[in-house]
Amino acid sequence: MAIVEFKGKTFDVDEDGFLQKFEDWCEEWVEYVKDSEGIKELSPEHRKVIDFLQDYYKKNGIAPMVRILSKVTGFKLKHIYELFPSGPGKGACKMAGLPKPTGCV
Amino acid sequence: MAKHKTPLLDELEKGPWPSFVSDIKLEAEKRAKNDAGLDFQIPQDCPDDLLGVLELAYKDKETHWKHGGIVGVFGYGGGVIGRYCDQPEKFPGVAHFHTVRVNQPAGKYYNTEYLRGVMDIWDLRGSGLTNMHGSTGDIVLLGTTTPQLEEIFHELTHNLNTDLGGSGSNLRTPADCLGQSRCEFACYDTQAICHALTNDYQDELHRPAFPYKFKFKFDGCPNGCVASIARSDFSVIGTWKDDIRIDQDRVKAYVAGEFKPNAGAHSGRDWGKFDIVAEVVNRCPTKCMSYEDGKLSIDTSNCTRCMHCLNVMPAALKIGLETGATILCGAKAPILDGAQMASMLVPFIPVEEPYDEIKEVIENIWDWWMEEGKNRERLGETMKRQGFQKLLEVTNTKAIPQHVKAPRANPYIFFKEDEVPGGWKHDEKGYRERHMR
Ligand code: HEM
Ligand code: HEM
Ligand code: SF4
Ligand code: SF4
Repeated sequence: MAIVEFKGKTFDVDEDGFLQKFEDWCEEWVEYVKDSEGIKELSPEHRKVIDFLQDYYKKNGIAPMVRILSKVTGFKLKHIYELFPSGPGKGACKMAGLPKPTGCV
Repeated sequence: MAKHKTPLLDELEKGPWPSFVSDIKLEAEKRAKNDAGLDFQIPQDCPDDLLGVLELAYKDKETHWKHGGIVGVFGYGGGVIGRYCDQPEKFPGVAHFHTVRVNQPAGKYYNTEYLRGVMDIWDLRGSGLTNMHGSTGDIVLLGTTTPQLEEIFHELTHNLNTDLGGSGSNLRTPADCLGQSRCEFACYDTQAICHALTNDYQDELHRPAFPYKFKFKFDGCPNGCVASIARSDFSVIGTWKDDIRIDQDRVKAYVAGEFKPNAGAHSGRDWGKFDIVAEVVNRCPTKCMSYEDGKLSIDTSNCTRCMHCLNVMPAALKIGLETGATILCGAKAPILDGAQMASMLVPFIPVEEPYDEIKEVIENIWDWWMEEGKNRERLGETMKRQGFQKLLEVTNTKAIPQHVKAPRANPYIFFKEDEVPGGWKHDEKGYRERHMR
């Protein structure tokens, strides 16, 4: 697919800008995605969401349901959209390096 | 000159039905000529390449779209269905071919000014091709590129005062039959409630927060012109409580042949003279009608309001005056555990602004299903897994005979501990004192 170069790193991404391999995730990726996802400054709250998504994915092999994301982070969905304007799927999961959401989207 | 040869598709230009192939070709030609002098924002030959890739799919008998696609607009978690061609070099015009769902007006009434407004946006920023409408109800704008999504969204909201429809694990775009706008059977204003609830639940529609998709549909009567009972998780179907209103003079006029049965729906064939006994009285599913001495009567207490007699003699029989609706839940397509039509939950509920009674049912169901529903489990499946009894509990609905078509035939009956004297605590010793080993 496409190769993205950013700050000396290269990332293999699909058309929608999702990482092809979770293992490629790194700090530079977060930096890179930030702009295209309408995020100016990364706050500890962004971190909390990203960290949880990654932990959950490593443990369970899937992304958590929105309800679980809200429950564990304590952020209402409204707030998650304030953090990630394109939402938990397209925004947060992409930034956390999780695979692209599938199904009847 | 067409860009690709399409011998298989060309066959579909024959025959009397409006040909989608001819229509797409017209649009392709129109874009090639570009009389309006538009600065097309996506490839000018997009419709040509769509025909090209479709012809290839006809040949290969395989789709040529890649799996999935996640695109959208900021602020929303749905509304756009991303799609990419798996032969982008051959068909660059449809390398990106995203679909934009646009929320349609209830009942799908338009004026030309509005539709021209939509098409002005779409001709410039999209393929010029549409689906009027998607099965759920949305206006479907068929085929554009990622950079155009925010542009289209901006123009829709700023110039046309129109929002996107729903997609993803959320409330999808509600739809309704045309209701009281032009149907004498409508028991409530389907358009008004469809519009009101769409507005009330914008957040649930635009930002997926559910275990899976959820749909509302509103039918004005049991005829089901929007098929809510089969195609919505939450189906509202109009009905009435009191008597069917009978105009005996008009009944006579039907019998005399002055009015055509079923408003002339069967006039394409000679079915003989109208026979009120054979065609109405004997067809009543509950046999609650009688016709004696030229007078039609209905035993309301045994009428299930199936609509048959009203459908046959619309000029003589009218819905009652005490109208409202029935709420049914859980319809879904086969995946995963089998198709379901909706099951009756609330037999009769008033449908009056601001629809608080109905919203209470909706929100009680959501509270339960959002908490208990498994990932990608439709309401109908949660009902199967946790039981209809649970749905009754969470909606504070008292169980009544109307909740079942037939009572259960198996004896695997669960009792609540507090319903059983003594509870579940078992006194083994006491038992053994009376029954030795
Ligand atoms: C003459 C001897 C017996 C007769 C006539 C008899 C008869 C029956 C009958 C009519 C049933 C009900 C079947 C149903 O509901 O479909 C039953 C169930 C059963 N019987 Fe017997 N039985 C006999 C001996 C035994 C013995 C010796 C045992 C165990 C060592 C036994 C264990 C069971 C069990 C476990 C059930 C199933 C209960 C349930 O499904 O809830 N029976 N028997
Ligand atoms: C740890 C031991 C056992 C376990 C976990 C066990 C479990 C079960 C289960 C789950 C059922 C099906 C219940 C239903 O669906 O209605 C059943 C049925 C039955 N079991 Fe057992 N069982 C055990 C020992 C025994 C023993 C020792 C006997 C006989 C000496 C026995 C005789 C039966 C009979 C007759 C039935 C009824 C079958 C029928 O009605 O179709 N079970 N058991
Ligand atoms: S569902 Fe009933 S009220 Fe609605 S359009 Fe059809 S016949 Fe009329
Ligand atoms: S509505 Fe149906 S059940 Fe009721 S009287 Fe007419 S035919 Fe019979």
